[in-house]
Amino acid sequence: MEVKGGKKGNPRIDLTPMVDLGFLLLTFFIMTTTMSKPKAMEIQMPFKDDKIPKEEQSKVKNDEALTVLLSKDHRVYYYHGIGDDPENPPEVEYTYFSNEDGIRDVLIEKKKTVNDLISQGVLDADDKVTVLIKPDATSTTDDLINILDEMTINAIPVYAVVDITPVDLDFIKSPESGNSGAAAE
Amino acid sequence: MPRKSTHIDMTAMCDVAFLLLTFFMLATSFKPPEVVTVRNPGSTSTMAIPEGYMLITLDKDGRVFYSLDEMNVKRSVIEQINNDKGLGLTPAEIESFMLGGALGVPFSQLKSYLALSPEEQKEYAKTAPGIPADTTNNYDVNELAYWVATTVGHYPKGRIAIRADGEAGYPDIQKVISTLGKQKLFRFSFITDPKGVPPGTALYEELSGSNAATEAE
Repeated sequence: MEVKGGKKGNPRIDLTPMVDLGFLLLTFFIMTTTMSKPKAMEIQMPFKDDKIPKEEQSKVKNDEALTVLLSKDHRVYYYHGIGDDPENPPEVEYTYFSNEDGIRDVLIEKKKTVNDLISQGVLDADDKVTVLIKPDATSTTDDLINILDEMTINAIPVYAVVDITPVDLDFIKSPESGNSGAAAE
Repeated sequence: MPRKSTHIDMTAMCDVAFLLLTFFMLATSFKPPEVVTVRNPGSTSTMAIPEGYMLITLDKDGRVFYSLDEMNVKRSVIEQINNDKGLGLTPAEIESFMLGGALGVPFSQLKSYLALSPEEQKEYAKTAPGIPADTTNNYDVNELAYWVATTVGHYPKGRIAIRADGEAGYPDIQKVISTLGKQKLFRFSFITDPKGVPPGTALYEELSGSNAATEAE
């Protein structure tokens, strides 16, 4: 086959495909750099004003509430209700952030339970599942972001991050919550 | 029939390529150097954060760093801090603050930190103590509160973002959230890496429901 540009005998290479590749790479990098903007998770913390008297602060009903305690090693302790009745301590169980049999299943169950209670008339129609998130000093940011993400994933309408109470810390330590290993430490 | 010569004059193509290159070189700005490595936690959120926000970075040891995108506000902030705290910063040190990355030193070390060259600053930042922060609203002890208050004073519409390492302990992030809360700043964002939405969950149904609705149109 003749070399193109024949008469002089100098091999002249057609550079069109190289320019094509160049533009392809350029377009690729333009597209990918705009997509690498960091994603953000919007947070709205509960409005805390010490001047509002306790009576006017919004009340959470025991039946619609689920309290979640974040602790060490990504453990998630949980119990139904608010846990403010010292006469009837709630049953505390624990789980992890797994896709199956984790806190997500607990949240889905809770939504079903509250919907049943609404249809039975025990709760009003505008009562919603409320999750109180109480991280303790040994939990990490991963745990906090994961639980907030679970709120969005399961479309939990009302949730709040609140300070953990000494009562809740006792729940974590107590052996009834299945924590006999940690209590021995 | 003899084949025609395929000589195309590539000069025009070359011109276009250089024009595009020049455009991108002038239109984009250099990102300030990464001062502290942070591993973002993952979340299903897909909202991108818009430009012009105050960023509070928290590394896994709980050190607090401050940075701001809006250049005009950044200048007003450093000038006010210079006046209020009587730091005596030179114009060169102020420029160093403007161009620098995240800041993680207390006020007492601010002048000496800004006097360093960018390489020295990067080296120092590895062991820098971070901006002091706690859960009180005491501006003398909680310097982060001071930075936040000054920034919000000059930039009330600015967004606030927290970039916390996944392993940062809750007490450290609680200090930052509490500092913001004491100044009545309840709306902010956490910077996260994208995570896929698990199938079969409420959010998945919602997203695929809206996709099906737009496809049906």
